[in-house]
Amino acid sequence: MNTSALLTLIVLIAMGGFYVGRGRALRRAKNAATTLHSLPGYYGYYVALSVALPALGLMALWLALEPTIIRNLVIADLPAATRSLAPERIELLYNTIVNTARARAIGASGDPATLAAAAHYTQLRTTAQMALTALALTLAVAGLLFARGRVGPSLRARCAVEKIVMALLMTASLVAVLATIGIVLSLLFESVRFFDKVPVTDFLFGLHWSPQTALRADQVGSSGSFGAVPVFAGTLLITAIAMLVAGPVGLMSAIFMSEYASPRTRAIVKPVLEVLAGIPTVVFGFFAALTVAPFVRKMGEAAGLSVASESALAAGLVMGIMVIPFVSSLSDDVINAVPQSLRDGAYALGATKSETVRQVILPAALPGIVGSFLLAISRAIGETMIVVMAAGLAAKLTANPLEAVTTVTVQIVTLLVGDQEFDSPKTLAAFALGLVLFCVTLALNIIALRIVRAFREEYE
Amino acid sequence: MTRAEDTARRLKRRHRAEKRFRLYGIGAVTSALVVLALLLGTIIVNGSSAFTTTEMRLTVFLDPAVIDPDAKKNRDDLLQADYGAIVLAALQKRFPEATGRSERLQLLKLASPGARDVLRDMVMADPAVIGKTVEVSVPASDNIDLLRKGKMTKAQAVSGGKMNERQFAWYDKLAADGLVRGTFNTRFFTAGASREPELAGIWSAVVGSFMTLAVTLVVAFPLGVAAAIYLQEFAPKNRWTDMIEVNINNLAAVPSIVFGLLGLAVFLNYMGLPRSAPLVGGLVLALMTLPTIIIAARSAMQAVPPSIRDAAVGLGASPLQVVAHHVLPLAMPGILTGSIIGMARALGETAPLLMIGMVAFIVDAPTSPMSPATVLPVQVYLWADSPERAFAEKTAAAVLVLLAFLIVMNGLAIYLRRKFERRW
Repeated sequence: MNTSALLTLIVLIAMGGFYVGRGRALRRAKNAATTLHSLPGYYGYYVALSVALPALGLMALWLALEPTIIRNLVIADLPAATRSLAPERIELLYNTIVNTARARAIGASGDPATLAAAAHYTQLRTTAQMALTALALTLAVAGLLFARGRVGPSLRARCAVEKIVMALLMTASLVAVLATIGIVLSLLFESVRFFDKVPVTDFLFGLHWSPQTALRADQVGSSGSFGAVPVFAGTLLITAIAMLVAGPVGLMSAIFMSEYASPRTRAIVKPVLEVLAGIPTVVFGFFAALTVAPFVRKMGEAAGLSVASESALAAGLVMGIMVIPFVSSLSDDVINAVPQSLRDGAYALGATKSETVRQVILPAALPGIVGSFLLAISRAIGETMIVVMAAGLAAKLTANPLEAVTTVTVQIVTLLVGDQEFDSPKTLAAFALGLVLFCVTLALNIIALRIVRAFREEYE
Repeated sequence: MTRAEDTARRLKRRHRAEKRFRLYGIGAVTSALVVLALLLGTIIVNGSSAFTTTEMRLTVFLDPAVIDPDAKKNRDDLLQADYGAIVLAALQKRFPEATGRSERLQLLKLASPGARDVLRDMVMADPAVIGKTVEVSVPASDNIDLLRKGKMTKAQAVSGGKMNERQFAWYDKLAADGLVRGTFNTRFFTAGASREPELAGIWSAVVGSFMTLAVTLVVAFPLGVAAAIYLQEFAPKNRWTDMIEVNINNLAAVPSIVFGLLGLAVFLNYMGLPRSAPLVGGLVLALMTLPTIIIAARSAMQAVPPSIRDAAVGLGASPLQVVAHHVLPLAMPGILTGSIIGMARALGETAPLLMIGMVAFIVDAPTSPMSPATVLPVQVYLWADSPERAFAEKTAAAVLVLLAFLIVMNGLAIYLRRKFERRW
């Protein structure tokens, strides 16, 4: 029985269990529901949960462990000569075996050893599937019978059900933690394998990035070099351009909207700016490639400059447009949080509106504004689609915004999209870049929150 | 200079500075709005033309000698017959001057390769038409489509090596006879990806997006709401729950591509789930959407006044009953609003899906969450990368469809908020 059918069956048994439990509770109470400890429905839930939880838990555990166990069994059964190969080769061979096993239905061919291993794999899978079906159904039925036996007027069904539900709620809140752990572990794990092949210092401080490894060892540039400084520099250049656009525009919009605009203007402009935040980044990328990049190029040529068609300037400009709402809405919030009494005090001393803003409100709101800038920078560093579509691929160490540069995210995408070889430093390098990206954005966020919290003026 | 003059001058300067500052503000807001208008404007201008397409009306003789030489009407033979030859024959009847091999090839290129499919479908639907002469509308090539819409000038077509003078003459003659016309492009909404721009459509991407979002919703919504209930209503205030809270906020700020790396390492490499599948895409997007839903659900529950809880407790409800029967229903509109906004963001997300291989060339709509699929934003990315000129308008049109979906979702969120918003 396949997994989804088994799942459906267990859910059906659990639903049946609900009626069994409720019916039995009412019968044992001789249809006088008031003698029961809990409402009749809770006895139903009690039985249903006793059916579903153990069986589903077993299924989850089984499905998580099955691939690893089958893999070890299949590999242990390979000829000794094959088993002594390097781990990467075994990995490759195992992938071939699995693919052969999947393709056998349509009559794949291969060498006899692979075919035998594939048959072994298929047979193990079938056995495992059957064992899982039998065990899960046994557990479900056992749960049903056990819980049904316990149902009676004295059973505190509501308390039991509530305890289980509470445990489930708590587990759900742990998923977010699990996701973080998963991110950190998967990035770390693959990065460590990368740093086995390429020293950390070479990666972090090397000045040459060309990850394309040649197919044969004797070709030129076969080793590939992984000095990521040009990639980091490109990311910083594009982020800097973006912040040069988004910083002033975002901040001035926030000031205008909170200090100058009439409520009606504000009611119209604010949602429109939020629209900018809701546009998918792939649309910005398309806009950059279709309109902005050719425009920048034409302008540059008119001024007698040579501009690369995938210039950092075009990507940075569009990235800046994308992060305007992050700067403006966060700054708007902190500016609005500055108490009116400070403004009134400044006006009473004869300050004009702009003087009040510059000398009273901005200093008071500064931590929040810095925080919003940092968050915008972290957004810009992690942004992918705009730079994938509008920035270059070749890593060049330059500060000239008219040349093409590449970024961390672009490199991750180019290294991982398309055919991958596991365990090649090329693929693993993407994870190392991802780790750097994760750490930097996380640090920026934490610093931003710290600044906002630590320097927030408490009024009243 | 008297003091009064000095003060007046300074005042003037200060007022000028005030005016300048105000102008900067207006300038900032206007430039942001202008850029937004420019962005939407270029996409609408570029994309709206993709909703029409160009068809040619041909008088086609469905030659039995070509389609069904042995007159058995065997389905396989009919499927594999050379319908290109029939299209060519129909065009040649109109332009008998095209005789040479290269001329005939150029003539055939006026029609899209999809013209053959139109004829084949017609024959397969009713084999009785074989041997008859029929009037059929067939799709024209992408170059003719661009030419008719004025998206490409003849000079551009020549310099790009797309068409030559002879083909222009044929096209002009067909147009003069009223045989070339624009129609609504239903194919764009019903077809999958294609290498031919005039045959490409978004249907498979829309279905892929729908399946992916369904997985995201099924996973993220219950988990998010459950986590929010626990954290908001039951969690004790200690270091452990503080850590969970910090964690959720940090997760919301992790770049989306990192979630793609997680999906690649855990779901594909470790768990061995299939590449390009909506299931994996949905799981990755669910992890991404989870913090949004949790945060929205928490603030919605926080807005429910304590008096409601107290009243329920006073009537003897258990803590869980208080939440399930009172707090949750009252907070539901807020939770739904936040979830819809989170789902809208997931719909527009591209980068993590590239990591898990949803960039495949998908012609047919996926039939299950395990089969290879692509999604709308990825389709936009793929088309935007395509060198074919005609794909630019398809890309913009796909963007318009994507934006339409987003407008509907956000509109729904705003409607829910307006309708159920309650001040306590």
